[in-house]
Amino acid sequence: MLSFLIKRLLGTIPVVLMVMIAVFAFVHLLPGDPARLVAGPEATAQDVAAVRTALGLDRPLPQQFLTYVGNTLQGDFGTSLRTRRPVVDEIGMRLMPTVWLTLFAMIWAVALGLLIGVVSAVRRGRWQDYGGMILAVSGISFPPFWLGLLLINLFSVRLGWLPTGGYGTWQHFLMPSFTLGLGVAAVMARFTRSAFIEIAREDYVRTARAKGVPERRVIWRHSLRNALIPIITMVGLQFGFLLGGSIVIEAVFAWPGVGRLLVDSVSYRDYPVIQALVLMFSIQFILINLLVDVLYVLANPEIRYQ
Amino acid sequence: MTDASMSMDEIGKTRKPLAEFWKRFLRQKVALVALAFLVLLIGAAILAPWIAPYDPAAPDYVNVLQGPSAAHWAGTDTYGRDIFSRIIWGARISLTVGFLSVSLGALGGVGLGIVAGYYGGWTDSAVMRLCDLLLAFPGILLAIAVIAILGPGITNVIYAVAIFSIPVFARLARGTTLQLKRAVYVDAARAVGVGDGTIMLRHILPGTLPNVIVYFSMRIGTSILTAAALSFIGLGAQPPSPEWGAMLADGRTYMGVADHLTLFPGLAIFLTVLGFNLLGDGLRDALDPKLRMN
Repeated sequence: MLSFLIKRLLGTIPVVLMVMIAVFAFVHLLPGDPARLVAGPEATAQDVAAVRTALGLDRPLPQQFLTYVGNTLQGDFGTSLRTRRPVVDEIGMRLMPTVWLTLFAMIWAVALGLLIGVVSAVRRGRWQDYGGMILAVSGISFPPFWLGLLLINLFSVRLGWLPTGGYGTWQHFLMPSFTLGLGVAAVMARFTRSAFIEIAREDYVRTARAKGVPERRVIWRHSLRNALIPIITMVGLQFGFLLGGSIVIEAVFAWPGVGRLLVDSVSYRDYPVIQALVLMFSIQFILINLLVDVLYVLANPEIRYQ
Repeated sequence: MTDASMSMDEIGKTRKPLAEFWKRFLRQKVALVALAFLVLLIGAAILAPWIAPYDPAAPDYVNVLQGPSAAHWAGTDTYGRDIFSRIIWGARISLTVGFLSVSLGALGGVGLGIVAGYYGGWTDSAVMRLCDLLLAFPGILLAIAVIAILGPGITNVIYAVAIFSIPVFARLARGTTLQLKRAVYVDAARAVGVGDGTIMLRHILPGTLPNVIVYFSMRIGTSILTAAALSFIGLGAQPPSPEWGAMLADGRTYMGVADHLTLFPGLAIFLTVLGFNLLGDGLRDALDPKLRMN
């Protein structure tokens, strides 16, 4: 187990390094002179030169990269061009709203996805199955930003039950997390259904039925437990999707999270913030994948001993 | 003469599975309905200048924010522009973005995947690490990063969305190539002195196509959705473009006053994406009955 963990950890290092190189290269891929971008459009040639020296842009690239890695490791991501405040503070303020949004979305996704998936599998070929799968394929194809608008229209504009957007009470969470979670719920439903059907063919399920275990117990204890392993993997992998999805959902619901910060920063060409956010999102994504692998091995001894 | 008989043999070999594939596909009722809808949509998009009842950009300040009626099937927007006509023109944008971006992604991905699988060794490692890197970013984040470099706009959305299709197609093509390069007919081709390039193009590429086509359909749905999302958040098509996502963003201010502004463009995105996803499901089931969900 330990050797697997070490191997897997070491395996992520090259990927993280490549992501860092890509994010570092990002500024150099921008059209024009990065120093001029930072100095602003009204800056004189002298100002630009000063900025270039201050940012170390006049030094050789490998040295710049090492400085970048060093600064990143120390949590120094530079200053926002828009607010002139440290990028770390800008992101820190908005990190938790996004984390909560993704977590609550995942709760919706798992609850709805498991329910629909299990019901579809158990009532296979009947109307519940067809209904569930129609819901699932619609959920995958439904534009989340449109769903958000429809919900706002119904529950905020017409009924006045929920706030149209913003952050604060539990009412603020209901619509954004549901909107974000629905696409993943659809994926989970399809996945749970096929995992469940797969397991229904296993010997131990047949044995359980043969020895007279009640059907309810066969479903929830013998089948669902074993289906949980692939489902956990799926949950982990879908977290990355939620992270990406939160960018759009935050725009719909005026959510003060990092996703909206990213969109605003792209519009304002606030490159230090973009750079830091892209790095943060991808490192999170890599770590989640790592966690999924570890959980998977913990849950499944067969792989552990291979 | 020899050439002719060889190509006849090849046709004989490939037609049989193709015919079987068609037979199975024609049994997929849902996928057929989806295909019919998409053909209709593509037709409408191509014929937009002739079938759209109004000019999609012409303002009509007498008929502003009108609900659906016989004159304006989907109502009018804040400038009095006919929403139905704008949706037909918008289909041009969405379908073009979908087809072009997935084609670019498939072209790049399949090329990389075949080369990686065929040569193996460090070429394979390099390509697969590149895929790992591209997959290390959630798709829309990668697209936003590309737009941050290239600037907002619908052309750049095509590149941005194409990039995140590359690793998917590369892995798919690599997997098939690894199987096919051990096939007897590839060995035979190599033995008679056929070059690597020709083997990859003529003997391996066709084998990767079935899987690629299934993914192609599914990726178009995802790509159209992503492109619309980018336009919705203001990084894609800019107003007054009749892009569906941009139209939704325009209409959100009038929710509760003029719901049709957000209703019809959203419906257009949903049905189009649903169509491509259902078609993809049907193609997959027809291609490999083992993969079918039940």
